Amino acid sequence: MCDSCGCGDTQLVPLEVQQRILSDNDRTAAHNRHHFSERALLAINVMGSPGAGKTAILEATATALEGRRLIGALAGDLATENDANRLKAAGIRATSITTGSACHLDAGMVHHALHHGPWSDLDYLFIENVGNLVCPAVYDLGQAANVVVLAVTEGEDKPLKYPVMFRKADLVLISKVDLLPHLPDISIDRIVASLQQVMPEPDYIAVSARTGQGITQWVRWLNEQEARVAPAHYTDTTGRAHV
Amino acid sequence: MHEYSIVQSLYDAVMANAGGRGAGTVQEVRVRIGELSGVDVGLLDTAWRTFRVRTPCEAADMFVEVVPASWECPACRCAAPRTGIRRCRTCGGPLHLAQGDEILLDQIVMEVP
Repeated sequence: MCDSCGCGDTQLVPLEVQQRILSDNDRTAAHNRHHFSERALLAINVMGSPGAGKTAILEATATALEGRRLIGALAGDLATENDANRLKAAGIRATSITTGSACHLDAGMVHHALHHGPWSDLDYLFIENVGNLVCPAVYDLGQAANVVVLAVTEGEDKPLKYPVMFRKADLVLISKVDLLPHLPDISIDRIVASLQQVMPEPDYIAVSARTGQGITQWVRWLNEQEARVAPAHYTDTTGRAHV
Repeated sequence: MHEYSIVQSLYDAVMANAGGRGAGTVQEVRVRIGELSGVDVGLLDTAWRTFRVRTPCEAADMFVEVVPASWECPACRCAAPRTGIRRCRTCGGPLHLAQGDEILLDQIVMEVP
C-alpha cells in the first residue's frame, strides 16, 4: 500500500541485487569441486571445436597411462554416444552426456552424470565438453583445469576469433601436428603468436594422437597438475593445512 | 546460443529476489555484461523478450550495461593497452583482466503492494 496516503496504489521499488547470474551453476560447480578434492581426483575440462581431436587425444592418453592411472571421462555431445563408445574401447570408464540441443555442459549435468557411475576411485576425470569454442567457456564445471584443443587445420587466428575461450585455458593442446607438412601456410610459431595476444601465460604442447608426438609431455603436464588436488589443499578443523 | 540458458538463470534470480519482497510484477531488470564474458548482448535481449512472456516479468525491459575489457599488471599496477601481447610492457609479467568478464544481475525494479 502507498505509504504516504494509504490509497492502495502499488509502488515501484528498486532492489539492488549485485548477484552473478550463473550463481546457481557456480554453487553446483563448487559442490563438484569439493567432491573431486575430497577424493584427490584431477578433473580436466577438455574443450575445443568439433573435430579438433579431443576424443583422439583422450584415446592416446589412455594408452600412455595404462596401468599407471585409472581414468574416466564424461563425453558431452548433442546426439549419439559415439565418443563415449570410442573412449570405452580405449579402456576409459566413460559415460555419455547427451545434451539434446544444449551447446555446452553445465555443472548440473556433470553432477547428474556423476550420480550414474562409479568414479570415486578414479585418478583423472576428463570432462569432454560439447565441440564449441563459445558457450562452454562460460560455465564452471568444478574442474581443476581447462584444456583447449586447437587443431593446426583450424588456422592460426582461431585464438583471436575466440578470445574468451582461450583466455580461460590453462593449457592449449595444438593437435594434428602430423599434418603440418601438408599445410605450408600454418606454423606453430604463428599459432603461439595468436595465443600470446589473448593469454597472459600461454602454455601449449604440440601433439599428434596419430604419431604420439607430444603425448609424453602432455602426460607429464597432467602429473604435475595432481598437486592441484593433493591433500595439501585440505585444512583440518584447526585451520592448518595438511602437507 | 547459451544466452537462453543464461536468461533462464536470470529469470530464476529475478523471481527469487522479487518473490522474497512480496512483489507483484517486475518492471525493470538491469544487468552488467562484460565484453569478454562470452555473452552476446543482442541475443541476451532476444532471449529475455521471448522468455518473459506470460510471466510476472512480462512488462520488464532489460537494460544492459556493457563493461569494456580492461587489463592491468598486478605487479606494477599500471594499465595495459587493450590489444597486443598480454604481458606488462614495464616488467614483462602476465597481465590480469581487471574488468570485462562480468555476467551480473545489478538491480530490479518491482511493483509492490
